[in-house]
Amino acid sequence: MASETTTAGLAYGKRSLVRGMPGHHIAIFIGFLVVAAVAPFLLYPVFVMKVLCFALFACALNLLLGFGGLLSFGHAAYFGSASYITAHAAKVWGLTPELAILSGTAVAAFLGVVFGSLAIRRQGIYFAMVTLAFGQMIYFFALQAEFTGGEDGIQAVPRGHLLGLLDLRADFTLYWVVLAIVFFGLLIIYRVIHSPFGQVLKAIRENEPRAVSLGYRTSQYKLAVFVLSATMAGLAGSTKALVFQLASLTDVHWTMSGEVVLMTLLGGMGTIFGPIVGATVIVAMQNYLASFGAWVTIIQGVIFVIAVLLFREGIIGVLARRLRKPL
Amino acid sequence: MRKTVLLLGGLAASLMATSALAQDINIKMGVLNDRSGIYADLAGEGSVIAAQMAVEDFDAAGKGINVEILSADHQNKPDVASNIARQWVDDEGVNVILDVPTSSTALAVNEVTRNANALMLNSTGGTSELTGSACSPHTAHWTYDTWALAHGTGSAMVEQGFDKWFFLTADYAFGHALEQDTAAVVEAAGGEVVGTVRHPFPGQDFSSFLLQAQSSGAQVIGLANAGGDTVNAIKQAAEFGIVQQGQSLAGLLIFLTDVHALGLEAAQGLVLTEAFYWDLNDETREWSARFEELDGDKPTMVQAGVYSAVLHYLKAVEATGSTDADEVIAKMKEMPTEDPIFGEGYLREDGRKIHDMYLFRVKSPEESEGPWDYYEVLATIPAERAFRPLEEGNCPLVE
Repeated sequence: MASETTTAGLAYGKRSLVRGMPGHHIAIFIGFLVVAAVAPFLLYPVFVMKVLCFALFACALNLLLGFGGLLSFGHAAYFGSASYITAHAAKVWGLTPELAILSGTAVAAFLGVVFGSLAIRRQGIYFAMVTLAFGQMIYFFALQAEFTGGEDGIQAVPRGHLLGLLDLRADFTLYWVVLAIVFFGLLIIYRVIHSPFGQVLKAIRENEPRAVSLGYRTSQYKLAVFVLSATMAGLAGSTKALVFQLASLTDVHWTMSGEVVLMTLLGGMGTIFGPIVGATVIVAMQNYLASFGAWVTIIQGVIFVIAVLLFREGIIGVLARRLRKPL
Repeated sequence: MRKTVLLLGGLAASLMATSALAQDINIKMGVLNDRSGIYADLAGEGSVIAAQMAVEDFDAAGKGINVEILSADHQNKPDVASNIARQWVDDEGVNVILDVPTSSTALAVNEVTRNANALMLNSTGGTSELTGSACSPHTAHWTYDTWALAHGTGSAMVEQGFDKWFFLTADYAFGHALEQDTAAVVEAAGGEVVGTVRHPFPGQDFSSFLLQAQSSGAQVIGLANAGGDTVNAIKQAAEFGIVQQGQSLAGLLIFLTDVHALGLEAAQGLVLTEAFYWDLNDETREWSARFEELDGDKPTMVQAGVYSAVLHYLKAVEATGSTDADEVIAKMKEMPTEDPIFGEGYLREDGRKIHDMYLFRVKSPEESEGPWDYYEVLATIPAERAFRPLEEGNCPLVE
């Protein structure tokens, strides 16, 4: 695996995105696009958009957890604050959707810089606890602040017209926009993982003292990946705010941070496509098992127990091991 | 002349169409509520049972109206609720969405049905925004709202002579709003607010706040919080013997199932406002006994509200012979309501269902004569004073 990714990384410096990519990754990306293009005709478009948003969110966390080796338990802070800012910008300031999404993402990036620079000073469980504490701070801020609407959240957010042209009120128009945003986000994450920067990250994950001894300033790398991850989580949150036309406390609650960690673990931590699968499974369970009432949580629990007992590397992790190819 | 003929022809045609349609109308109802979390007891499966009872009592099948009832758990998450509601309306052709507890999910579904050919008949959601600035032509708010609870408890208690108040408030927007609303009512009725303390949300330890309330000299301690906070505060107040020492606790958002869970030992003396209690009169007793046979518990006011809402909806469908959301809601607002739950009432143009509310006091264990014998009626709040006046809600539908 190491040699393959290294050559991929080297080939990268030369030219196009596609040239350095292993063939089966290109095939998967194309497959993803094909599935995503067909899905809204077979399934309910809003549901598929939700899956896409959470897939991006889980991939963002996976960038930090799977490749940086940093377990954040407060990623809802970036996801949720971005969704609040986007909702507020679109509803109260009357910004166009692209500007609203950008402002939400920018705020998430800013929070990533502030929280990340403090959190990366600690490692392991302490890092997780610091991020959880910051996540809770954002939750209480959202609960108290005037503009978030407290318990009610921000509702009836207008979807508006993209660039003043495309009317996003139609679910299908919005769907293609969301797909483009999410695909763009996934490509960025893929690019980061396979860049020289990504190689150094993996080195830090495997053995930080050795990376330091090689002359890398590891804290800068860690901060950079933290901010990148927070930004992508923010992009996912902003997009979700437009899809559902609301931002609420659920988005900043710690259970949201936990849910996205579960999506990543279930799909396969440290794989490229695992989080997408994990997000799809969890969101589908939330949605399609809703009529089972109290059984939802029980079924979820059983699935997690099975996942932990039988495939600890996650769905895609096991698949990758069987195929002997990094996925 | 030709116009009148056309008009008459049209009228006749529509009458015929009505009677023809009345033979075969298909309706889908979706009960969207919390079925696994903290509101599963007070709404949950009981709301589905209540909806089914209404369909059977109305004899819908005998009148050519086929009703299918769906249900789903929104897990108290507005995005899950919004997703399910959209899918129901767009894909499944659901005509009515029922129940929808918690303010955030209720407001989310309110936006879904606003522009769709579907109605939301909300029973468990509390926010008075639903008939205020967020009001929608496709929403009816059936059982209660926070305004009614705050005003009912506030004004009725002052009338009973309890005029010195102390507030124990959850420190977030909902708690603040509840406190401000109630304080305004207490003062308008001639009472006095002698103090306020804000506790963190969610709170675990209320002892210091309760001691403050105890030493404030207030006659009433108003609990401007909800759910677990209220339950914890009541339990701890019982440990301090607050009620035994002559002060009253006023719950501003508490349900029969909460009292059931607390037990009379802890909850005795609590004063609260509700729209319905099973032991009000012969009709409510008879209905509640049937409900209990199916559900195992006595109904809460919101489950009873689902029954009342479904019954009135079906009457409007029968009268119009249509399932068009605009036509049915217009008929629902035009016809007075009547059912064993709330007696006589009506649906106001902003979507607010109007009926009497009641001020209850929770009985002590000695006073209680059997299971579920929990409340004694202190006062009836007449319908015209129970809910927020139309012009104060700032509902855009009312011009």
